[in-house]
Amino acid sequence: MTPLLDVQSLGKSYGGRIGCADVSLRLYPGEVLGIVGESGSGKSTLLNCLAGHLPPDTGRVIFDTRAEGPRDVLTMSEPERRMLGRTDWAFVHQNPRDGLRMRISAGGNVGERLMAVGARHYGEIRAQATDWLARVEIAEARIDDRPSAFSGGMQQRLQIARNLVTGPRLVFMDEPTGGLDVSVQARLLDLIRGLVRRMGLSAIVVTHDLAVVRLLADRLMVMKDGHVIETGLTDQVLDDPQAPYTQLLVSSVLQV
Amino acid sequence: MIPMIHVENLAKNFTLHNQGGASIPVIAGAGFSVAPGECVALTGESGAGKSTVMRILYGNYLAQGGSVRIGTIDITKAEPREILALRRETLGYVSQFLRVVPRVPTLEVVAEPLLALGRPEEEAFDRARDLLTRLRIPERLWTLSPTTFSGGEQQRVNIARGFAHAYPALLLDEPTASLDATNRETVLTLIEEAKAGGAAIVGIFHDLEARARVADREIDVAVFTPKLA
Repeated sequence: MTPLLDVQSLGKSYGGRIGCADVSLRLYPGEVLGIVGESGSGKSTLLNCLAGHLPPDTGRVIFDTRAEGPRDVLTMSEPERRMLGRTDWAFVHQNPRDGLRMRISAGGNVGERLMAVGARHYGEIRAQATDWLARVEIAEARIDDRPSAFSGGMQQRLQIARNLVTGPRLVFMDEPTGGLDVSVQARLLDLIRGLVRRMGLSAIVVTHDLAVVRLLADRLMVMKDGHVIETGLTDQVLDDPQAPYTQLLVSSVLQV
Repeated sequence: MIPMIHVENLAKNFTLHNQGGASIPVIAGAGFSVAPGECVALTGESGAGKSTVMRILYGNYLAQGGSVRIGTIDITKAEPREILALRRETLGYVSQFLRVVPRVPTLEVVAEPLLALGRPEEEAFDRARDLLTRLRIPERLWTLSPTTFSGGEQQRVNIARGFAHAYPALLLDEPTASLDATNRETVLTLIEEAKAGGAAIVGIFHDLEARARVADREIDVAVFTPKLA
């Protein structure tokens, strides 16, 4: 099987400081990869390099495109990469304000993505937006409200709807449940899991929350100081961690 | 007959890096096979390594040596996605604790293994309803998340989930613990049905009567414990 994403020896430095170094990974269709590590471990740098938000210094990011098969994203032209970002890729930011347009309505936020890929029929766009708001459990009556009138959990769900409406194949998520109440987190996790399974999505989820990756991720990558120090099946890494740092990380979690 | 589960020369150490780097050997030279339709009980006192063996068989713990073949795959050397596919299709595990996403209704928790295999929803939910009925989970609870259920109810939901798909290889960790006589009988019947259907089963049973009834052989894991020099 061809991996959906094949990352080879990716590296990024900020001056003399390592952002991430020599990261290689393969993501197959339908797989969810969790990346964990403490603040400053390089996980967000890595995610931003993969998603094309930051130019890496070294390495290759090969994506299995729908039309032309595997292509190195880093050597694509800017318009090609933008098109990818609007169609096959989606990025869910930790702060919904970074992923939403706060001054247009909820329906507009979802519809805008559809229009960016060529949808023009107003009735159809609105119908799809309504459908997606329902899928992320936002009442139809709120379709014309601006996201600024939404709670944090609703904003995050709206951001997910906006990202998934175009049927992407790969979703990047940066701390998707960060900053939310635990009850809201559970609802969001359930929602993401359901969508991933029904749509057959692949996802890369960066988080520092081990409970989140246990429920969402098939595989886990542990990062420290910019380096990948352990990878494996999620439950194996959490239940039988091998590296000293992973053992420390797992044993530091407070039991509820 | 070709064994469904074949363990050879298995070794497991735990290295505790944050406790002075102590390395604790827990299993050495373990080997056994389980044929389709056969149930093997792991025995030995608490701490002897029964659960560790089970967890290695499931790919939850890494082995330091040897091999564990489940069907055609050596789980000690398989890629994560191969292990995931194996767990979806071939290898089931009923642990002692239910671990689910909060908010997911019980009926869906039980049907999930079948839905993950791409079975039609109707078939998956019918099977889930049938199992929940047999295990006496009241119908009014089916739409609720099992996270709020009693220990015994959670255990039964866990068993229903574990038996939803007819796995060719099945691992059971104390399946009858904390169950009343009627439910215990149901679980033993489920195990017998799985055996009759050709499943190779490895189980831990502290319930001696249950063990005597469903297990064809016993393996004392004490023989796998490394001898102290």
